[in-house]
Amino acid sequence: MTKKELIERAGRAKTKKAALGEDIAIENFVTGREHDALNSLDEFPEEYQQDLLDAGIEPSEKDRSGSFLQRDCSVVFSTVKYPGLELMSTTDALKEHDWLKGYLWKAVPVDMDKYTAEVELEQTHGYFIRSEAGKKVTMPVQSCLFITTDKIGQKVHNIIIAEEDSELHIITGCSVSHAVNSALHLGVSEFYVKKGAKITFTMIHNWSRGMEVRPRSAVVIEDDGAFISNYILMTPVKSLQMYPTAYCVGRNARATFQTIIYAHGDTKIDSGSRAVLRGEGSRSEIISRVIAADNATVIARSDVIGEGANAKGHIECRGLMLSDTAEVDSIPELKATRKDLDLSHEAAVGKVAEEEIQYLMARGLSEEEATSVIIRGFLNVDITGLPDALARETKKMFDMSLEKVM
Amino acid sequence: MLEIKDLTVEVKGKEIIRDLTLNIERGEVHVLFGPNGCGKTTLLMTILGLPNYKVTGGIMTFKGVDIINLPTNERVKLGMGMSFQHPPVIRGVKLGDMVNIAQGRKEERIDENLIVLAKRLNISVDFLNRDVNLGFSGGEVKRSEILQLLAQSPDFIMFDEPDSGVDVENIELIGGIMSELLDRNKRPSKRKKAGLIITHSGSIMRHIKVDRAHVMLEGRIACSGMPDEITKNVMESGFEKCVELCSKEVGTE
Ligand SMILES: Nc1ncnc2c1ncn2[C@@H]1O[C@H](COP(=O)(O)OP(=O)(O)O)[C@@H](O)[C@H]1O
Ligand SMILES: [Mg+2]
Repeated sequence: MTKKELIERAGRAKTKKAALGEDIAIENFVTGREHDALNSLDEFPEEYQQDLLDAGIEPSEKDRSGSFLQRDCSVVFSTVKYPGLELMSTTDALKEHDWLKGYLWKAVPVDMDKYTAEVELEQTHGYFIRSEAGKKVTMPVQSCLFITTDKIGQKVHNIIIAEEDSELHIITGCSVSHAVNSALHLGVSEFYVKKGAKITFTMIHNWSRGMEVRPRSAVVIEDDGAFISNYILMTPVKSLQMYPTAYCVGRNARATFQTIIYAHGDTKIDSGSRAVLRGEGSRSEIISRVIAADNATVIARSDVIGEGANAKGHIECRGLMLSDTAEVDSIPELKATRKDLDLSHEAAVGKVAEEEIQYLMARGLSEEEATSVIIRGFLNVDITGLPDALARETKKMFDMSLEKVM
Repeated sequence: MLEIKDLTVEVKGKEIIRDLTLNIERGEVHVLFGPNGCGKTTLLMTILGLPNYKVTGGIMTFKGVDIINLPTNERVKLGMGMSFQHPPVIRGVKLGDMVNIAQGRKEERIDENLIVLAKRLNISVDFLNRDVNLGFSGGEVKRSEILQLLAQSPDFIMFDEPDSGVDVENIELIGGIMSELLDRNKRPSKRKKAGLIITHSGSIMRHIKVDRAHVMLEGRIACSGMPDEITKNVMESGFEKCVELCSKEVGTE
């Protein structure tokens, strides 16, 4: 599709409401002023440093192969330390690589809804990450999308490409300053996992009460490729709706989604993961843990569509209710279109069991400590597929976010 | 160490234990026999202070402290411990985590000494990494409970049917470690620990020496006496008959 065609399509979808989630008035949000570039992440204002950490970003850049920081609508920092890795704003990348336009809107339709249309028409950067063929970048790349100004509408388009037989590990954090009462984040992310390549994507959403968030993500996985997503949300958010989709198009393509949500306050979340198993022998695993406290409402969706021979998909959704005024709707879906498939799901929603608290108290914990151990345990999914150091670090980030809410 | 006098307990409005009296001194281990549903587990849960077990009458002191209104964890701090008959699964909480909690350790790593103890109980490091009680066999549950007690090292330990659902070999293993936990291998004057063992089958009795035995019927202690004799009577003639024999010889207590 030419740029002109994309713009036309987007134009026609400008008022197209999303299939899910409440409708947001995009026009209430602005682009805001440009921010100055930084020489290092340490230069990012002191008041935001903690929020960076909370979003999993290492300001010293220690043990990172590259770093990217976008503040509101400006890319303020971007460096690469590893050969074979590319990291820059999508805007710059499109200037540098003529071929890149072939990847735009290939995984996510530009006219999916008004949010994708808005990102096409009013894009404010986003990041481009690419690992060259055969390069295993085991040290993670970190990228952060940060909102510091009230009423900002951040509209990013991210493109992530792991070329054949390469490996890419990404830690990405979205964060917002405490001073922001209301803001919008629209994020389109398109992932391309080529033959034999692997991407792990660990995302921490560190939002606040006034944030409205509409990510639109899709992944295309070729033969023997693997995509692993770990998503963590522990802070309140006004409204979040997303339904990332992995298209396992290649033979033995694999997709894993692990989602950990602790919804509290007046948080409204509609979050799902979908895997379309098109390739022969492709596999997917969708695991989610949702805790709903206070007045939070969470719709936890998951969907596996089996189309390829011998495809295999499993869904495991668990919810834990901590309040009588919270709500969890767990909606697992399976769609089979042939006979040699193996699709399954388990879903459960419950409360903290009295018996478990008593058992822990019998080992010396107070009721409060026992409850916290049970919640921690509930959220504790074993993160597989990450390099050791990154797995440990992710665990640490997770513990830190949990510590903050409990 | 533990003094119970005229204890009456209700569970969900139903009286399960009535006017029960039991004294266990430091250095002593008692065994409690009784048919299913007579209230044995209820007694242990009440001693431990779990919330559904409501004391409606009587006195209960532990190490001289009135514990009736003390929450479970406070009783544990005073030195009580218990091996559960049917412990719950806690998802995402590993046996290793439970061991650390029982030991009062904040770290994630497990004490080397406990890994050695785990080996003696045929518990591998892999097993320590499993969610506690999830898919454990009968014997694994008991060994896991005992490992947690080894970590906790209480002064007074209650065992709720440590021998049910356990094969012969493991009963011997468990009996041996229970004996150690309860100072059974020390000279009587050196014994500091105390214990109360519940058994339905009585099979654990071959592997641990105890000081006194009781038979419980319908929420009361129906007879008490020397362990060998009571065990023999229970095994050979059943609970009711044993109580009958008991009252002929010594009279009920
Ligand atoms: N949580 C409970 N809710 C209702 N009834 C209970 C509960 N726990 C015990 N009971 C009742 O109390 C009685 C004694 O049970 P229990 O102490 O478990 O016996 P035992 O351990 O000797 O087999 C039984 O009649 C049982 O049904
Ligand atoms: Mg019982």
